[in-house]
Amino acid sequence: MWVSGQVVKLGHNVSTDDIIPGRYCDAFDEDRLAEHVFESMPGDTRHRLGPGCLLVAGRNFGCGSAREHAPLALRGAGVTGVVAIDFARIFFRNAVNVGLPALTCPDFVHAAEDGAFASVDVSSQRLRIGDRSFDANPLPELVTAIRDAGGLVPWVRQLTVPSHDSPGTPPK
Amino acid sequence: MTRRRAPAMPETLVEKIAGAHAVGGTAPAGATIQVDVDVVVINDGCGPLAFEQFRRMGVNEVADRNRVVLVNDHFAPAPTLAAARLLNAMRQFADEQRIPHFYDLGSGGIEHALLPEKGLVRPGDLVFGGDSHTCTIGAFGAVGIGVGSTDIAGILALGRTWMRVPHTRRWDFVGHRPAFVTGKDLVLQLLGRLGPDGASGEAIECGGPALAGFNLDDRMALCNMAPEGGAKTALVIPDQTTEAWAESVHGSPVGIRPDDDAVYVSRETIDVTALRPMVARPPSPADAVPIDAVAGLRVDHVYIGNCANGTISDLRQTAAMLRGHRVAKGVRLIVVPATQAIYRQALSEGLLEVFVSAGATVASPGCGACFGGHMGLVDAGEVVLANINRNYHGRMGHPNAQIYLANSYVAAAAAVAGRIIDPAELLRDEIGVG
Repeated sequence: MWVSGQVVKLGHNVSTDDIIPGRYCDAFDEDRLAEHVFESMPGDTRHRLGPGCLLVAGRNFGCGSAREHAPLALRGAGVTGVVAIDFARIFFRNAVNVGLPALTCPDFVHAAEDGAFASVDVSSQRLRIGDRSFDANPLPELVTAIRDAGGLVPWVRQLTVPSHDSPGTPPK
Repeated sequence: MTRRRAPAMPETLVEKIAGAHAVGGTAPAGATIQVDVDVVVINDGCGPLAFEQFRRMGVNEVADRNRVVLVNDHFAPAPTLAAARLLNAMRQFADEQRIPHFYDLGSGGIEHALLPEKGLVRPGDLVFGGDSHTCTIGAFGAVGIGVGSTDIAGILALGRTWMRVPHTRRWDFVGHRPAFVTGKDLVLQLLGRLGPDGASGEAIECGGPALAGFNLDDRMALCNMAPEGGAKTALVIPDQTTEAWAESVHGSPVGIRPDDDAVYVSRETIDVTALRPMVARPPSPADAVPIDAVAGLRVDHVYIGNCANGTISDLRQTAAMLRGHRVAKGVRLIVVPATQAIYRQALSEGLLEVFVSAGATVASPGCGACFGGHMGLVDAGEVVLANINRNYHGRMGHPNAQIYLANSYVAAAAAVAGRIIDPAELLRDEIGVG
């Protein structure tokens, strides 16, 4: 699966409060959340987002709360994926679970400039920007399986629902 | 609990507990394993989305309804129609799945304070919660790990989940506890050393003889802010205090300790004797400095209450500062007991009388303004002192508000003085206020 987009470059320690303030988390509709994404963050980040953008961030992206509203708000705002030097653990799990591509690749982050066009092969974890290629950090096998299933819901369905209803049931 | 083989390597506390729950044996740091979950804790901010995902997972019944704890605490009482819907969704799920441990307005409070209060957690337990501060229960020798709604749905469906076993950083506290230094100050001290991600994905393990002078409420504060340094979880090594609690609540001793030769990422000793009350400056919980660095700063709004610092100890500390004084002119003080039972205890101890006489607002138990949900948001340019755990931009309302974090003594003293002061000044002298 490929995703691509224009790079929107962010700094370190972007928190879940930056991404979506708590007072909007009384609902989880992606479009509604998208209206408030990065509302509290200093600067003009919220206006730099649009359909088909790739967030490229520094260390500790998504730190703070466990709110799953964070990756949902980003996706609702048109973000196709997030590449970071590293992720806060709960945001990373949430992104994988809801099917928002999240890749750890410090070298790519250093090379990517704001506004550049980049593409990502999520399955192989390979990133491209200009004529340069990078490999994101590999994931544990189990997490790869969840990602490849499309997220945690389809992954669990493979376990709970017999094969006639879901494609690609894993071998026992 | 899953049976396990005797391990070959010495283990930290989190390795032991993860190993005891690992599907298939031991759990060395760095390994990605599947684990059986003892308790899954769900609040109204996380739950309703989790329930939708649960239904999509093709499961009709939760794996074990006795291991589920549902708590209406984030948007309770409901400030919006959408929030009222969330609270009802929690009630409906509790009803439909016949979940016995459901805590609604009037019977509960904040989830992480409720777990030990209601005896729903044991030392050695592995608990997952739909909230980043699930690690607060490390004070009771249990591993608490925060995850999001869809992970919660997976646990509801399967009774298990995956985790990467963390490496551990160990701190041992020695010396004698100074006046006005609390568990909050210990964790702010750690955060000042770690920075926002110094313990990324790791466990924090705390021991040392000085901890005997810090009670369980202090230890909740110590464990609560571990994620603000990037940590996955935090634990206080069970000692006599933990044993006494375990005996009184569960009738059984703890019996779990790290091995003497366990391997840690780092192991440091901190002498608490010379510690000062600490303050974290906006916009980072890890930008923690001794109070002296910010003394004199004028404040507009003081908030006392959250999952770790709405305890009866915090309320007693607040009352000690407020007794005989009034909240400074132009300053607002909001006090939120963490649970209904704590609220009642504060009432019976005469603490609420002290708060109200001093001009504080006392609110119903819940997360409230800590996450900016309701019960006291703040305006642009306001300077806030709160005993909560985060001070990121917009945390409690307007992004241009400035939020400083400190313990309850410091917060309450600032409410009286109208500026940040050393709490010792308030008890020693009458000071000019306003």
